[in-house]
Amino acid sequence: MSCLIIEASTPLCLLQDAGRFGVRHLGVTQGGALDWVSMSWANWLLGNALDAPVVEITLGGFTVQAEDYCLLALAGADLGAYIDERAISPGRSFILQKGQRLRFTQPFSGARAYLAAPQGFDAPDVLGSCATVVREELGGVDGFGKALAEGGRLTYSGTGGAMKTLSDSALPAKAPLDVIVGAQIGQFSGQSLFDAFNTDWALDSRADRMGMRLLGTPLEYLGPSLISEGIPLGAIQVPPDGQPIVLLNDRQTIGGYPRLGALTPLALARLAQYLPGESVRLKPVVQETAHRQHVEYLQRFR
Amino acid sequence: MKPRIEVVAIDALMVRLFDVIAEANMPWMLAATQRLRDGFGAALVDLVPSYTTLMVHYDLTVLTPAQARELINQALTDLQPQAQGSGQCHVLPVWYDLSVGPELTLLSQRSGLAVDEVIRRHSAHEYQVFALGFAPGFAFMGLVDEILATPRLNTPRKRVAAGSVGIAERQTAAYPVVSPGGWNLIGRTPARLFDRERDGYSLMQPGDTVRFESVDHAEFIKLGGDDTPLEAQA
Repeated sequence: MSCLIIEASTPLCLLQDAGRFGVRHLGVTQGGALDWVSMSWANWLLGNALDAPVVEITLGGFTVQAEDYCLLALAGADLGAYIDERAISPGRSFILQKGQRLRFTQPFSGARAYLAAPQGFDAPDVLGSCATVVREELGGVDGFGKALAEGGRLTYSGTGGAMKTLSDSALPAKAPLDVIVGAQIGQFSGQSLFDAFNTDWALDSRADRMGMRLLGTPLEYLGPSLISEGIPLGAIQVPPDGQPIVLLNDRQTIGGYPRLGALTPLALARLAQYLPGESVRLKPVVQETAHRQHVEYLQRFR
Repeated sequence: MKPRIEVVAIDALMVRLFDVIAEANMPWMLAATQRLRDGFGAALVDLVPSYTTLMVHYDLTVLTPAQARELINQALTDLQPQAQGSGQCHVLPVWYDLSVGPELTLLSQRSGLAVDEVIRRHSAHEYQVFALGFAPGFAFMGLVDEILATPRLNTPRKRVAAGSVGIAERQTAAYPVVSPGGWNLIGRTPARLFDRERDGYSLMQPGDTVRFESVDHAEFIKLGGDDTPLEAQA
């Protein structure tokens, strides 16, 4: 077993995997890495299952010291990571010698970095996943939803893995975010449909793992009030103030606000790397096209 | 009944069975749930029931949207309502008291009924579990006697004790864990509503029925209830 001692952390540094499935009818949220693409690459670098437990580090402020020789991998945002005094860029596997420190300072590009270990970090299986959901007291290293904290330990039992580098570790270029049109989209005003897909949306600072609020021209819903129904990942719901909220992995399982549709998983992975204040555009796409593109993208992990 | 199928995400379709909330929906909802679970098998990721809808989240590496739609159509062909009583019936003990259910007063004033009568009416009905949401194990139940229907509090409480039983409009529910909440609180149950060590995790499942049984303070404590008044917990 290999071990990392956590010397600094924040409430935004969490153990994650692909999320918790098969229990949403009980009111249990999905959870899981917000940028599933970067999580998958971090695991791919070590030859892991793509959904093996990783550390999701948001914005920085995370430091670990190796208690033993450790082979690790890093993907996603450039959060100004250093091994002792040497800078290390994401998109590679690397070695921490016993006593060396890995430190994340501040965001240079993107918002979330993913740290992987051979065969994943150790964590109890809670309702089928180790995804940390603080609000539900589920998952994480302790199993009770605690964020990673100073003094804690991250262990892993896997061995092997190779020194690998991603050929292109840069985060994807900023492009419009694909929205699968659906749900109540037909009941927004024509002007609002135009505005939704032809104006800039600024990311509000009111953003967390439940949802990200978009600020811009208010959207007008003309339909009747709704009975609560299941909310899919990435749903863009529009509360009465007209400012859309993209619902993310830790969203509530059902809700009653009208929706334009839902972001594609690839768009969600990109959104997860935006910082508050940045602006995004939305682009409509039909389900079949998005599905084809998604399945095609998955081939890259082969 | 002709269910409608709507696109809601890359890997999810909404099956809309009804337009209004009614207890009579449940036998149909349960039958459709069973058919969809059987029809999708391992390709089903999650099936999220709510009052009038079932959201089918399937594995997009296994099914195309067209195939998923076809599976739903097949599953719901010649749907028959499930026999009554196929869900479990739970009896939840409740200590109805102002110290843990401060809105008993409000409900009494709004309805013009004595507090005892409010309690009697709340505990007289066998409720349907329409959906779970908001938090793990939080069951939305109904329908509450129309005279007791009360909108949510204008300002939600920051902290509602675990086990708190509340009313919102014509629905009733119990909070599985401490959480913020805007329901009108009328009592507290000692029942453990969500337990990660239990088979099925949640005491109540969609389609179950629930009756509340008024118990006195001594019985509430004996059953493991925590009688700390709401205010003292803030």
